[in-house]
Amino acid sequence: MAKVVLKLGDDVSTDIIYPGRFMATVLPTETPQYAFADIPDFNARLKKGEIPAGSVIVGGKNFGCGSSREQAASCLKGPELVIVARDFARIFLQNSINLGLNTIICPDIEADQGDELEISPDKIVNKTSGRTFTITPLPKARQAIVDAGGLIPYTRQRLIQGKK
Amino acid sequence: MGMTLVEKILANATGRTSVKKGDVVEPKVDLAMSHENGALVLNQFLEIYQGTGMEARVWDPSKIAIIFDHRVPAESSKTATNQKKVREFVSEQGISKFHDIRGDEGGICHQILPENGYVLPGYVVVGTDSHTTTHGALGALAFGIGATEMASVWTLGYMLNVEVPGTIKAVVNGKFPEYVLPKDLILYLIGKLSAEGANFKVIEFHGPAIENMSTSGRLTICNMSVEAGATSGIVPPDDETLRYLREVAGVQEQIKVFGPDPDAAYDQVIQIDVSQLDPQIACPHTVDNVKPVQEVAGKEIQQIVIGSCTNGRLDDIETAARIVEGKKIARGVRMLIFPASGRIFREAISKGYIYTLMESGAVVANSGCGPCLGVHQGALADNETALSTTNRNFKGRMGNPNAEVYLCSPAVAAASALAGVITDPRNGGKNG
Repeated sequence: MAKVVLKLGDDVSTDIIYPGRFMATVLPTETPQYAFADIPDFNARLKKGEIPAGSVIVGGKNFGCGSSREQAASCLKGPELVIVARDFARIFLQNSINLGLNTIICPDIEADQGDELEISPDKIVNKTSGRTFTITPLPKARQAIVDAGGLIPYTRQRLIQGKK
Repeated sequence: MGMTLVEKILANATGRTSVKKGDVVEPKVDLAMSHENGALVLNQFLEIYQGTGMEARVWDPSKIAIIFDHRVPAESSKTATNQKKVREFVSEQGISKFHDIRGDEGGICHQILPENGYVLPGYVVVGTDSHTTTHGALGALAFGIGATEMASVWTLGYMLNVEVPGTIKAVVNGKFPEYVLPKDLILYLIGKLSAEGANFKVIEFHGPAIENMSTSGRLTICNMSVEAGATSGIVPPDDETLRYLREVAGVQEQIKVFGPDPDAAYDQVIQIDVSQLDPQIACPHTVDNVKPVQEVAGKEIQQIVIGSCTNGRLDDIETAARIVEGKKIARGVRMLIFPASGRIFREAISKGYIYTLMESGAVVANSGCGPCLGVHQGALADNETALSTTNRNFKGRMGNPNAEVYLCSPAVAAASALAGVITDPRNGGKNG
């Protein structure tokens, strides 16, 4: 069971997820402190460690639109959050897959802050509302990167194969 | 069935006779661009090599471009240290297309690439910046990727798992009226498509208004295609492309030019007549919240920004200079100009535009991204409003979530600077 810790609307931009003024910080180990820095309550709870791994952020359509900054994915990967959205912007989705951030495309998702979700590979059951929502699987090509554990190990395999 | 321009480019880059929308391909990369975030790419690149026993060498140092622009000169010791690390890496690896903080060859990455002839028609260009879509103006497939993906490209020289995108054909007819600019066209199109209307798709631009448009204008429309979610914008290369590459970018080598097939399959065809277009404005806090300028005319503003990869080129600066010439910028308004490159800055000086702008009250800063992404120059105070020729107006974009940003053309920005309120430039600087 996973709790919804933040509910957001459509078009959540990378400027909201990881404001540009913190972009000089690049290392994935350091970015989580600035996640949602302009939503101070949530950022404070995250920094205090009050949000357990596996907690869910629910967004609407076009989650992660805007910049290609990878910090927007790494800052959420650090605390092992799960992002469920109706759909995602291209670069953010690819960055998430590359870094192993759990992003779930769920076109009809309805959930409020505090709701408890049961997430399985093909569906999400909102235990609070009692409703079930279908998950859209990732395209095959992207699933291969997820299965390899992210783009770094995936590329490393290719590199080694290429040298043989 | 024929191929779209992007299908042709990807077929070419994978050594196939044809590819179609939805195919998964691994195209070779002709140019891989990064800016300061090269520091993160470098970190991820070294991690790929970890434990392999191999020496970490980039696949082809002549195909990597690194341009410092986001925080120049460095705003903090952290940035300065990142820039230093990248400089050392560039030198170790022999990366030749490196543009440091300099007045002769520096500037914004999306201006440096075209003006140096680094991008040719048919190229596959990737960049760790979402506005890499800009380079579609030269008939290349150019798109933004993240730092880890770039590290993978630095290692292998090709992209892993690219799904061939579908294409939206935008046919732009008519002739631009006075004071209606390519920026107005792209804002209008984003408003029409919405911020995600072109997600995972390419926008291919056609029609007489595009054929008659300068490369500068084409760079503007392709630049902002990403604001409709597009993977890229692209203009089929033509005589204007060749003129720009030969005369401006100084390209000597042979240039191969090809367009889409006449029977290519498009996801959607959009017709626009620019003769009927009013100056447009994107209102807070999304780029697709687009209206004709008249609808928000009279709104007070405190800061004007003219610059960025979207509208910091010579014709943009010229437009602004002609509007403010001999007049004064309203008291209470800060007008900031950021030429897109050192070369453009020098040309604007020699043509007198910089003198005119400064005499009217504008401040001209060095080439770079400036306040566009809220990093170090031109931050906004609480409850302030900025009017900017840049490309994004998301909450917090200019460094303050309690401020608001409107996006417009250089003509709207300059006319509004004189009036101190949002102004339709067709009214001779009079509001309303």
